[in-house]
Amino acid sequence: MTDAPVIGVLALQGDVREHLIALAAADAVARPVRRPEELAEIDGLVIPGGESTTISKLAVLFGVLEPLRERVRGGLPVYGTCAGLILLADKILDPRSGQETIGGIDMIVRRNAFGRQNESFEAAVDIKGVDGDPVEGVFIRAPWVESVGARTEVLAEHEGHIVAVRQGNALATSFHPELTGDHRVHSLFVDMVRANRAPESL
Amino acid sequence: MSSTQNQAPETGTARVKRGMAEQLKGGVIMDVVNAEQAKIAEDAGAVAVMALERVPADIRKDGGVARMSDPNMIEEIIEAVSIPVMAKSRIGHFVEAQVLQSLGVDYIDESEVLTPADEVNHSDKFAFTTPFVCGATNLGEALRRIAEGAAMIRSKGEAGTGNVVEAVRHLRQIKNEIARLRGYDNNELYAAAKDLRAPYELVKEVAELGKLPVVLFSAGGVATPADAALMRQLGAEGVFVGSGIFKSGDPAKRAAAIVKATTFYDDPKIIADASRNLGEAMVGINCDTLPETERYANRGW
Repeated sequence: MTDAPVIGVLALQGDVREHLIALAAADAVARPVRRPEELAEIDGLVIPGGESTTISKLAVLFGVLEPLRERVRGGLPVYGTCAGLILLADKILDPRSGQETIGGIDMIVRRNAFGRQNESFEAAVDIKGVDGDPVEGVFIRAPWVESVGARTEVLAEHEGHIVAVRQGNALATSFHPELTGDHRVHSLFVDMVRANRAPESL
Repeated sequence: MSSTQNQAPETGTARVKRGMAEQLKGGVIMDVVNAEQAKIAEDAGAVAVMALERVPADIRKDGGVARMSDPNMIEEIIEAVSIPVMAKSRIGHFVEAQVLQSLGVDYIDESEVLTPADEVNHSDKFAFTTPFVCGATNLGEALRRIAEGAAMIRSKGEAGTGNVVEAVRHLRQIKNEIARLRGYDNNELYAAAKDLRAPYELVKEVAELGKLPVVLFSAGGVATPADAALMRQLGAEGVFVGSGIFKSGDPAKRAAAIVKATTFYDDPKIIADASRNLGEAMVGINCDTLPETERYANRGW
């Protein structure tokens, strides 16, 4: 398809490769982005799993944090997994000193809420907007969403904790669909990117 | 499979063990010996820290038997930082590994830097919920560790030397052997498995993927930002830095510089900037003057 949307994956650190593969499988043109100028050329952005403190520090250090905030405020579709969910939160309950977020979703998140690596787990998750069987949720030192604002829609919960949300063009999950080979969540995001692009491309 | 819907969450699966390492990619894992160093590492942008009693350069200097660290020290480091904490067990010392798991470390490094406890067997890593990283000097060694349950591999290099030459040798060896497998037809893979002394299924998987089925980092001798970028350009998905940081003149600055160069490993201008005014690097050892008995890379089989 010639009109495939171009979706960047923030490539400062984390499981960038897996997201690139999942996006390509969902019919997007996927590319890693690290520099402010590269942000201008994309229709959507994925913020991968990784270490949220590290990604946030590198984003400040390399001058992409402000440009990212601007684009997200301007309505750029974004999808964050795990660390990416933390970076899209307007507020972190227990931030490391100086830990900044991009924001975009009116929610408060708790880092490593499900525990350390020994508590990392797999569980089936039903996601609103994803048809068929539940997705295999891979939770790795995963955060959960402590509370959401009025404009934020809860898409999934696990044992009473919010693990997937959407607000407008921003989507976030505590777990890692990119590690499973099931690309339905990425397809949902690619559809969001297409829908966002549709009016101007007509 | 809707039958999974009612199943209890499952911990310690291959996917969460290997997936954990995927989250560390593009990052730097730093050796630290106390909470203060752990905080410096975290502030510099490390993706994880390796808690150990002495950095490899000091283990070399002091001699004697090197063992698992004091649980108090490991717990202090776990308390001090929010990034993952790894710790080392001796090769084949599965009780040290059990202790580390009970302390709640995020990854266990079954490491040749410590004195081996078993000269034949490595630990059965499937027996643990905590994932393991292991060292390798070549593809066969890497695949034997994966067959035992390792969820991440690091090329060994020669720890505590500040000399990158062995890290380069081992990473190139692994990459070259993978590239060679790619060119084999199905008939040849059986003999290749025999030559590699590795399970056929893993050999076939590597031949198909063109990479290891787990994350591959580089370790052992990285001392400068350019060293870290070199390992990344050679195909490492991230780097371990041991003595190179806290044996240097200005650890905080060098740590941050190595993180920068690891992220922008293909941008010489950024590596140049990161390399300015770092103060003294660790002195370093020429590996060709190291007696065979002092080569840690020879440990493990």
